Amino acid sequence: MKADIAFGQYCEGSSFLHRLDPRWKIIFALLYIVALFLAKSIFAFALILVSIVLLVAVSGIRPRILLSGLRPLILIISFTAIINIFWLKGETLLVDFLFINIYLEGLINALLIILRVCVLVMGTSIILTYTTTPIALTDGIEQLLSPLAKIKVPVHEFSMMMTIALRFIPTLIEETDKIMSAQKARGSDFSQGSLVKRAKALIPILVPLFISAFRRAEDLATAMECRCYTGGKGRTRMNVLHSTWRDMVMLLCICAFFAGIILLNIYAPGYRFSM
Amino acid sequence: MATLELRNITYVYGKGAPYEIKALDDVSLTFEEGKIIGLIGHTGSGKSTLVQMLNGLIKPDSGKVLLDGKDIWEEPKKIRDVRFKVGLVMQYPEYQLFDETVWADIAFGPKNMGMSEDEIKKAVTDAAHFAGVREHHLGKSPFDLSGGQKRRAALAGVIAMGPKVLVLDEPAAGLDPGARRRILGRIKEYQKESHTTVIIVSHSMEDMAMYCDSVVVMNHGKVTMTGTPAEVFSRADELVAQGLDVPAITKVARALRKAGLDIGLDIYTVKFAVHRLLGGDGDEG
Amino acid sequence: MSAIIKAEHLSYSYPADEDNPPVKALRDVSFEIEEGSFVAVLGHNGCGKSTLAKLLCMILVPDEGRLYINGKEMTDDSVTDEDIYDARRRVGMVFQNPDNQLVATIVEEDVAFGCENLGIPSEKIRKRVDSALDTVGMRKYARHATHRLSGGQKQRIAIAGVIAMRRKCIIFDESTAMLDPKGRKEVMDTILRLNREEGITVIHITHYMNEATLADRVLVMNEGSIIMDGTPGEVFSGAESLWAAGLDVPQTTELLWNMRKAGYKVRLDIFDPEECAAEIVSAMKEREALNGNS
Repeated sequence: MKADIAFGQYCEGSSFLHRLDPRWKIIFALLYIVALFLAKSIFAFALILVSIVLLVAVSGIRPRILLSGLRPLILIISFTAIINIFWLKGETLLVDFLFINIYLEGLINALLIILRVCVLVMGTSIILTYTTTPIALTDGIEQLLSPLAKIKVPVHEFSMMMTIALRFIPTLIEETDKIMSAQKARGSDFSQGSLVKRAKALIPILVPLFISAFRRAEDLATAMECRCYTGGKGRTRMNVLHSTWRDMVMLLCICAFFAGIILLNIYAPGYRFSM
Repeated sequence: MATLELRNITYVYGKGAPYEIKALDDVSLTFEEGKIIGLIGHTGSGKSTLVQMLNGLIKPDSGKVLLDGKDIWEEPKKIRDVRFKVGLVMQYPEYQLFDETVWADIAFGPKNMGMSEDEIKKAVTDAAHFAGVREHHLGKSPFDLSGGQKRRAALAGVIAMGPKVLVLDEPAAGLDPGARRRILGRIKEYQKESHTTVIIVSHSMEDMAMYCDSVVVMNHGKVTMTGTPAEVFSRADELVAQGLDVPAITKVARALRKAGLDIGLDIYTVKFAVHRLLGGDGDEG
Repeated sequence: MSAIIKAEHLSYSYPADEDNPPVKALRDVSFEIEEGSFVAVLGHNGCGKSTLAKLLCMILVPDEGRLYINGKEMTDDSVTDEDIYDARRRVGMVFQNPDNQLVATIVEEDVAFGCENLGIPSEKIRKRVDSALDTVGMRKYARHATHRLSGGQKQRIAIAGVIAMRRKCIIFDESTAMLDPKGRKEVMDTILRLNREEGITVIHITHYMNEATLADRVLVMNEGSIIMDGTPGEVFSGAESLWAAGLDVPQTTELLWNMRKAGYKVRLDIFDPEECAAEIVSAMKEREALNGNS
């Protein structure tokens, strides 16, 4: 169903990762990204490989779903890989054909880049989007940024906007479907003709859609006012986020991973990655 | 005039997924020419899917939709022509108005059909008349009209295409009793003058009883009853078993019979009940 | 019993814009709503009933007249924002379009929204939300996504949100207009239960006549004024005035009205089909007996 876009990539579940505090998850994701970029030694990369396998295993998400999430990256991955393979100069020449020189170092570099990009995308989405609902993420961001409210950054307003957007995306998608059907019933054609003609065919859809969105916004504002909404001041929450032992365990794991990368970089340099 | 016929239509939502729903299950139906046909069923009975099948918005998984004996999906590229012949007014059609003036909005369909300027002018004027859109409203922005006026303008937008079959999904939803009577009355008058086949989908048993020549009842993706309102409403117990209601007046007739005063069970309007009880004509005030 | 809402000579006009003159929506409207009563407001579209609802929730401020909520005047110049919030804690509203009043994506979070705005501690909100969901019979949907619910279920969630705030009075602004018969029944059953069992005052704006027959009292509006005020029986007995105001009467009343016109002595204030049939039978027997005697 199309209307499920609002739940993004979230996969229902109750794994260890699903039950972490969203605030901590955001911090974990950031730490994980930094660690990935610190890795230089080939052994550090081996550790990264281990970490992603563990994450996948703990999350309980089917690998097929994760791999399909990588599909949009194919272009950018192949592009960087090709540059590395053909242009990076090293010591061990593998292929020497006319003007094409391919070095072992270039090949390894390309592989490591692919590994890093894939792990980056997979890892962060496992920690964040696959195991956290968008609404929990919004809450986490709001609470992490709440100190900024003291210097007048509208943190609550931003988070309320996100919440409402998430709430109304499915409604508006459904409405778009309905309006499209109605205009098709009057002979609208979205699939034929020149680009200009197709763009013009969108007007009968966009105008009613915007008008309805404004009407809904007005209704919602009235409803919120009637429910005593006056902004973030003095507001409490039903679901307060709590850190648990799980968050501490995960924190320890991430710190160990971080330290491991640095130690391997220093004491087991082996092949050194050059990007 | 045109005949519209469904033959063994089946349609499944979310095929292959765990939440697979059979919306239509081997439905065969013939819509009588030049009549007002009511389509009744509770939400989820498959009637909305069926309605979108009639003008090719949804393609059946199996079975045929025949318009004048011809399968509408024989040439998928010409499906647009089918939509001009089978006009569909969706639920809350006023939310699909978009153009600067009511006139331009009504002319949208005829323009898509490729009518000439003169033809468009005639089509719009006639449609506005049929739907009860006042002349001085034609130059206004559709967004300045009241709810009931918008609804009639949207109705005119479909009538202007001169469809042979007019399909309306809950045409009176959300309107007050006066506006309800006005729009349904307009539709009945239009049908009488143009001899178009009209198919109305509605939850309101009272409206169905008042305006339809025949009634089709759906439940769980199947057609469970067809017949005149008198035939269908006299089977009140079956309707109730399918999660539907019967008009209050039909219940009164049943209670009267139990109390020993039999005026028949096929009562479905007050006028009819008054006629049977007192003879002569009922008065609606 | 005291009046939870008291209106004295309320008038309101929508301000003029570019092409339209000001529209007089309410003219000199006065009434009192008893605490714990169930009042239905009838009228065709544009008769001023929605404007009235907005005035009672203080979304709009009347041009003239006085409005008292729980004995406190809300139209006084000295009324502060605090007073308005205080009144809004007593009087809640459920709107027509179920989609446009739910704020959160998860059912229980939406029910909690109002309580969160009031600054109630979280454990207390939890309790109130659970009991509110029980009251409307939606507890098992607590963790469901709001957009997947049916119209009737969405309205019940909106009602739960209002009662979680412990309001004594709920205004339903055509809350059943966009629902199918099943959803309408769900909502009406909930409304009746709230009124009869929880003692919540209900003001139900509708144009379904059979819903109005369930109320203790019916107000009929036309052209911005209240034209009839009484029990459902009293109001529907005046069938001609209702027809003139673009409204309907229940079919039972219409039938009895026709009988009376034909000279039968029947009551008009009967809405139950069985009772209606009994009334007709007895009236006909009476007539037969008379004819037999003469």
